[in-house]
Amino acid sequence: MADTSSTETVTNSLSADMGDIKIDCRNVNVYYGDKQAIFDVTMTIPDKAVSALIGPSGCGKSTFLRCMNRMNDTIDIARVDGQIFMEGADINDPSIDPVLLRSRVGMVFQKPNPFPKSIYDNIAYGARIHGLAADSSELDEIVETSLRRAGLWDEVKDRLSSPGTGLSGGQQQRLCIARAIAVSPEVILMDEPCSALDPIATSRIEELIDELRERFCIVIVNQSMQQAARVSQRTAFFHLGNLIELGDTETIFTNPADKRTQDYITGRFG
Amino acid sequence: MEQHIVSAFTDELEQLSADLLGMGGLAEAMIRDACRAVVTRDTALAQTVIDRDAELDAQETECEREVIRLLALRQPLAADLRQVIGAIKLANAIERVGDLAKNIAKRSFAITQEDNRAALHGVERMGQAVSRQLRIALDAYARGDAATAMSVVEQDDDIDSHYNALLRSMLVYMIEDPEQLDARSNFLFIVKNLERIGDHCSNIAKVVYFIATGEPVLSKAERRAIDAAQSKEITS
Repeated sequence: MADTSSTETVTNSLSADMGDIKIDCRNVNVYYGDKQAIFDVTMTIPDKAVSALIGPSGCGKSTFLRCMNRMNDTIDIARVDGQIFMEGADINDPSIDPVLLRSRVGMVFQKPNPFPKSIYDNIAYGARIHGLAADSSELDEIVETSLRRAGLWDEVKDRLSSPGTGLSGGQQQRLCIARAIAVSPEVILMDEPCSALDPIATSRIEELIDELRERFCIVIVNQSMQQAARVSQRTAFFHLGNLIELGDTETIFTNPADKRTQDYITGRFG
Repeated sequence: MEQHIVSAFTDELEQLSADLLGMGGLAEAMIRDACRAVVTRDTALAQTVIDRDAELDAQETECEREVIRLLALRQPLAADLRQVIGAIKLANAIERVGDLAKNIAKRSFAITQEDNRAALHGVERMGQAVSRQLRIALDAYARGDAATAMSVVEQDDDIDSHYNALLRSMLVYMIEDPEQLDARSNFLFIVKNLERIGDHCSNIAKVVYFIATGEPVLSKAERRAIDAAQSKEITS
């Protein structure tokens, strides 16, 4: 496809039920060696709302998600240019410590990946290394609050010393979400958090996402468009590394402006 | 529009659209034949219109069933979603047109003694006008043509003025010859039914416009308000 940047349909205006702009991405390009994966993406992400990134495989949505907590730093050949401001500060500035950044910007992955430790230690780990608890009772409180917010407390409160890996897939994913929120992040990035889960476990995670959005800025990458439609307030459609269309979720799924968005969400190309 | 990756989905949407056009064609013929039965006092033809209404009802039920199936199994989105939701509204409107045509056919039995050429001529012309509106709206649906759909909405005023003129002349006849009141009151209902068919055609066209564009058809007052706001913006 030729230059598509001139035909983007990007609606950056935020509706009343969302918070202020949390992340402001300007002219972001990502390269893997000689290959460019993201082309000049400019978009804002609101606080206290769920923003969904959708698009066909290889469209760059996960790559773009990973820019927001500098996960691409861990890939030697990856290079990011452009600016990503979080509350006014450029997260790619050399003065920003990526480890501290990742405590502010948590991440949940496609496959639940609990540490091979107890349920308790899975949650307590981050709080310990960031020095968030003064004593063991404070740590207990962080563990309980995080598990409650992740909707897992009642299911695991009697077996906190059992290994996290012994939980079911859906429970493991909620454990990972509890682990992500235990360090009191501001942003939670989710990379297809339900793709390995059954429909019931998926519904639980979706309900959880809906509750979490009152406190956090959430950005989620979805293979399932129906899920993006259900959980998000804003949707961005990516294609071949370009941001094609950004707008409120209802508009994107009922009356998208761009033909490529229309073709993708109605199942006309993959 | 391009094919879906799942070709059965494309086939099902095309089938739904073909079914609706079939329903529309049936309703259009019912309007034409009901008016012809009135004008020619053909009771046999009137009876066929009454019989065809049951077929139209059955087709509406089938269309609803297909829409529910598509929603449950295909989860249509965007233009597909509008087409599927629009289909259920169109099927309902076409079924109502059929009911009104059936009512005209039934009333034709009661006016066989009537010998009012001007009134018969008026019914014939108004019948042709509304069945033409329906045909144009259905053509617009088949082609996804928003501009043609809009023209049907705009022409509804013509049907209404046709109706008002006919109503006035009927009232004059009724006052002139009170003994024929019974038969002539049936004429009033016939033209009222045609006027309501015209309203349904306008509603059908509005749905066609929505399916094609994703935007509702604005009322005249709403359009005037927008135009006024825009011209204010330009001048300021």
